[in-house]
Amino acid sequence: MSALAVKSLHKIFGSRADEAVRRLAGGAPRAEALAGLPATAAVIDATFEVRPGEIFVVMGLSGSGKSTLIRMLNGLLRPTAGSVRIDGVEVTSLKPAALRRLRRDKVSMVFQHFALMPHRTVLENAGYALEVAGLPKAQRRERAMDALRMVGLTEWADKLPHDLSGGMRQRVGLARALAAGTDILLMDEAFSALDPLIRREIQDQLLELQAELGKTIVFITHDLNEAMRLGDRIAVMRDGRIVQIGTAEEILTDPANDYVAQFVADVDRTRILTAASVMEKPHHVLDVNAGPRVAARALRESQTSVVYVTGPGKRFLGTVTEDEVLRALRENRSNLDGYVSGERVRTVTEDTAVADLFADCAESQHPVAVLDDRGRLTGVIPRITLLSALASATPDEAPHPPVPPPADPATGPAEAELVGGEEIPA
Amino acid sequence: MSLRESPLDAALPRVPLGEWTESAVDWATRTLGPVFDAVASVVEALVSPLDQMLNGVPAVAVVAVLAALGWWLRGWRFGLGAAVGLGLVAGMPYWEETMSTLAQVLVASVLALLLAIPLGVLVAENRRASALARPVLDLMQTMPAFVYLIPAIFFFGIGTVPGVLATLVFSMPPGVRLTELGLRQVDKEIVQAAESFGAPPWMVLLRTKLPLALPTIMTGVNQVIMLALSMVVIAGMVGAGGLGDVIMFSLSQVEVGSGFEGGIAVVVLAVVLDRLTDSVGDRFPSARAQRHAREAA
Repeated sequence: MSALAVKSLHKIFGSRADEAVRRLAGGAPRAEALAGLPATAAVIDATFEVRPGEIFVVMGLSGSGKSTLIRMLNGLLRPTAGSVRIDGVEVTSLKPAALRRLRRDKVSMVFQHFALMPHRTVLENAGYALEVAGLPKAQRRERAMDALRMVGLTEWADKLPHDLSGGMRQRVGLARALAAGTDILLMDEAFSALDPLIRREIQDQLLELQAELGKTIVFITHDLNEAMRLGDRIAVMRDGRIVQIGTAEEILTDPANDYVAQFVADVDRTRILTAASVMEKPHHVLDVNAGPRVAARALRESQTSVVYVTGPGKRFLGTVTEDEVLRALRENRSNLDGYVSGERVRTVTEDTAVADLFADCAESQHPVAVLDDRGRLTGVIPRITLLSALASATPDEAPHPPVPPPADPATGPAEAELVGGEEIPA
Repeated sequence: MSLRESPLDAALPRVPLGEWTESAVDWATRTLGPVFDAVASVVEALVSPLDQMLNGVPAVAVVAVLAALGWWLRGWRFGLGAAVGLGLVAGMPYWEETMSTLAQVLVASVLALLLAIPLGVLVAENRRASALARPVLDLMQTMPAFVYLIPAIFFFGIGTVPGVLATLVFSMPPGVRLTELGLRQVDKEIVQAAESFGAPPWMVLLRTKLPLALPTIMTGVNQVIMLALSMVVIAGMVGAGGLGDVIMFSLSQVEVGSGFEGGIAVVVLAVVLDRLTDSVGDRFPSARAQRHAREAA
């Protein structure tokens, strides 16, 4: 069951709204359909469902109707037509008192310009929803403190909002919504007013909190990169209509129309593509119990200077070089134990964004090792691979950047599988 | 050529607005007499004890209290200035009248604000009330101040009561307007935030809108008091007593000296009241917070 279901939702400002809805039904652009009518259509026929625990991003430029849309979800604006259901309850037909109860118990909201009350302390702001709910003061304080702890602001509890930086203020806004304890969070351009660096930081924090709390989040933004970073699914809005709903990858690879295609053209693909989607199969992986002779042969065959070594359960241990293999041979060892070094090669996880690989690639003496969540070696990224991935991450190219054929033709098919088969994580 | 001689102008209908007003006032005096009596006794019961109290304590005490208040609210400079100014008034022969005027201003302003602030809230929350109130407020503000005295005499006779009530009506409009303005200026997003957490309208008003509108409302309070002071002098014409009497008497007798003394007393009272009420608004946490926010922006 969906946590939130929206069905052919319309919002028309101005008079003769019914006529406007009727005219828009044909799907004509709003300017054309409403010509001569004293009405403007902010949201036209929006239909979508948000699953529990999902971050659903609504993305569009200003004037696309996304802020109007989110305000209809908790009844701050009354829809002209259509339905909004939260946990099966029809929001649009609720009486004021019932609507207030719904807002208290089910949906809270985070605002673009934080909307903190300047005359109340950070703690009082964080506990606002609980005050509205009529909780006794001690309990209010405790839960508000818990929420502030989640966003790391307990030390600021007794300060006024103007003592805080923008990023901190929005964390208070977030704490206020979290303290309410509702399952659904509406976030209206919540991070748009923040500096890019702060924005990334708070996005990370939101993702961390979300991993822990599993809220159902509707997130409005005009920033495609933000949408791609946060959204499990993304709805793209244009001129009041939702033109496409899908995962970040679906929207990147299969834009519904020219508008979406143009929109995603500017996306920084290095943030969407992950290590898993550009890595290559490692040429020579040896078990740590393999003898030095095997290692020497592997080095000779591949004409490289290192071999990647794994231990029990295929966990990545490190690398051995020619010198070490020779030493092991001289010392007549039966395996490579004691010769493996973890120093020479950097490791990254499969879901590391390509944009975050540069430093590792630059500092790693040999191709970066890519590990899965159990620490097993799943691939390597030589510098040249990263560079080619970058070169092909231009909008006009195929969505899966083709990795240049590796030196060893035998690894071709396996590598293609690796590149194509990875889901892009949110 | 007189206006009425033109045949065109002769066609204009004569509108006896003055006569209608007179008969309306006549009717009101006859039928609403008991109401006016009640109002009069309330006003009287408020003004005369305050007047007696202010005149009952030594002038030095009043000066000291106001100066101390000034020091606390605005700093020692203003405290000292207030002490010097009020001391000067106390040294002149019209201290008693000054205190009567102060009593009348305070009562008229408090009553005006008791009406103006709730009215301002109503007007801010209700579009129709706002449309209705606007022309009425315009009328109240642009009507020459003297005109209020005439019906006041009709309803309440001569004395302090018509003076205070005419003052009340005259000084009310900025209280309504600035309350409305203050409430309308409250950040929409903050109001929405309060609503989005399920706060009922009364809670949004009392705990969010009014605290945030307070600095503007305090400007309204200041304006009301200043207008009341200016009107109380005019009210001297209906025998309201106080400095108004002094100035009216000086005017009719062409007494430059006492006229100047009365005028200076009004000025000192005006400056002290203005600065004191002006700084009260800044002491609220919401005002400080908003000022900080503006400075930061």
